[in-house]
Amino acid sequence: MNAVLDSLALVGRGAIGACRIAGSLVLFAVSGVSHLLRPPFYWRMFLRALIDMAYFSLPVVALTAIFTGMVLALQTYTGFARFNAQSAVANVVVISLTRELGPVLAGLMVAGRIGAATAAEIGTMRVTDQIDALTTLSTNPMKYLVAPRLLAGIIALPALVVVADILGVMGGFIVANLKLGFGVEAYLSSTFDFLQTMDVVSGLVKAAVFGFLIALLGCYQGYRSRGGAEGVGSATTAAVVAASILILAFDYVLTELFFAR
Amino acid sequence: MNRVGPPSPQGLTRGAPLSVGAAPPPPTPSREGRGLSIPKIRIRGLRKSFGDKLVLDGIDLDVMPQTSTVVIGGSGSGKSVLLKCVLGLLEPDGGTIEIDGRDILPMRRTEREQVRSHIGMLFQNGALFDSLPVWENVTFGLLAQHRITRREGRERAAEILGQLGLGPSVGELYPSELSGGMQKRVALARAIAAQPDIMFFDEPTTGLDPIMGAVIDGLIVDCVKRLGSTAVAITHDMASARRIGDVIAMLHHGRIIWSGPPTALMESGNPEVDQFIHGRREGPIQMELRR
Repeated sequence: MNAVLDSLALVGRGAIGACRIAGSLVLFAVSGVSHLLRPPFYWRMFLRALIDMAYFSLPVVALTAIFTGMVLALQTYTGFARFNAQSAVANVVVISLTRELGPVLAGLMVAGRIGAATAAEIGTMRVTDQIDALTTLSTNPMKYLVAPRLLAGIIALPALVVVADILGVMGGFIVANLKLGFGVEAYLSSTFDFLQTMDVVSGLVKAAVFGFLIALLGCYQGYRSRGGAEGVGSATTAAVVAASILILAFDYVLTELFFAR
Repeated sequence: MNRVGPPSPQGLTRGAPLSVGAAPPPPTPSREGRGLSIPKIRIRGLRKSFGDKLVLDGIDLDVMPQTSTVVIGGSGSGKSVLLKCVLGLLEPDGGTIEIDGRDILPMRRTEREQVRSHIGMLFQNGALFDSLPVWENVTFGLLAQHRITRREGRERAAEILGQLGLGPSVGELYPSELSGGMQKRVALARAIAAQPDIMFFDEPTTGLDPIMGAVIDGLIVDCVKRLGSTAVAITHDMASARRIGDVIAMLHHGRIIWSGPPTALMESGNPEVDQFIHGRREGPIQMELRR
């Protein structure tokens, strides 16, 4: 009997802990967004975060997109050849990339790069009293550190996804044209004829949400880190893991919202 | 700056409010004189716990204007917690903290930020912003509040760094490129950049060699005098406490157990103070640790 009660208590504690973390994350997000809407806004910090997130993530996102497009074209071709549906390769590549793979893979890449860096930077500031120093200098840390990063995330990731979509389609086109024997005009017209505005828009909305989540979790985990180098390390890991999981979960939710019949 | 004379030595009963650094009022006080007789910082019954651990157990302390008060005490005695409560970085469980006669605890955040803009703080490890060059660290508060332009900030930083014996080229360096002593001086420059009314110093000499410690103490005393500020320092470095303080208060078991001028420290008559300042292994503090 005691063992059953202990097990129930364990489950209960876990559930309460999860609710507490979720609540604290939501409050943190609300506070961060509210500081976006009230002056002053630190444009210099925003530009720095934007350059970090967009410009310096470009190589890794570009390479990921190109190779994903190439692999996608190759795999689709070999799979579809079984049903004599090879002509649909271009359609599948462009839809997969714009709707799903572009935003999700760019999100995961940026989560690994920027989520970790943000958590490490803010976490180090926390454990070395730099955040307290901001407060004593009459500067709200949420406004100075968090709000600019949230906005940068919302803007940077859609921009990266536009690039990823273009390069991914290019990757698919290169393989289709050079290896699979598709004609240039046939492949491109097949790509653009089939593509709809909603495919691109849904991908960009997803990217904006993912960018927000990456910045939010990096800031949240860094802000809450305690206990020196070990605490900062844990915060960094937690930021990347949580952002990656939330990206995949929100991808499903947003897909339901956009495309469920 | 007219320093207010130190108080007479006093042993202290637990819980009794301290009035430190107060001079006897003149027969017909001037406006300034009246201002100096009112505590700049008045703390009453300040309590703070972390879980079951009671860290501050009803602190009563008055800090008079234009005096330097040094709070001494062992590691874990609650000195930093006291400072963080006054700065608003920690929320106390009870009590009042008045600055210039206004209780800051019920204040809204914007009001507190207004009060904080008149306070300078030197953190134990400097807490300089790694990502900013020294000049931007020094003038950060002024730039963030748009009180100066970036160009003026560079000039202002060079001026303040010069006052602390650092050349203008230091302004372009990053904190990681500075030695420990230079970092402390830059942190001090940041604390005084806005010419605050009140200055807090958290372990100003920790991690420095004795000579550099004396240099930093000298700079602190000079800055406080020049600005006419009220200073509160916390330290367990007795040499530093004597150099900086007009008044020394000892924190033990979450309470101020003794207060008086540095000259009275040797004859405090308080066994805890006596053991602490002489660094004796045997005594009431050690006995409590053994228990």
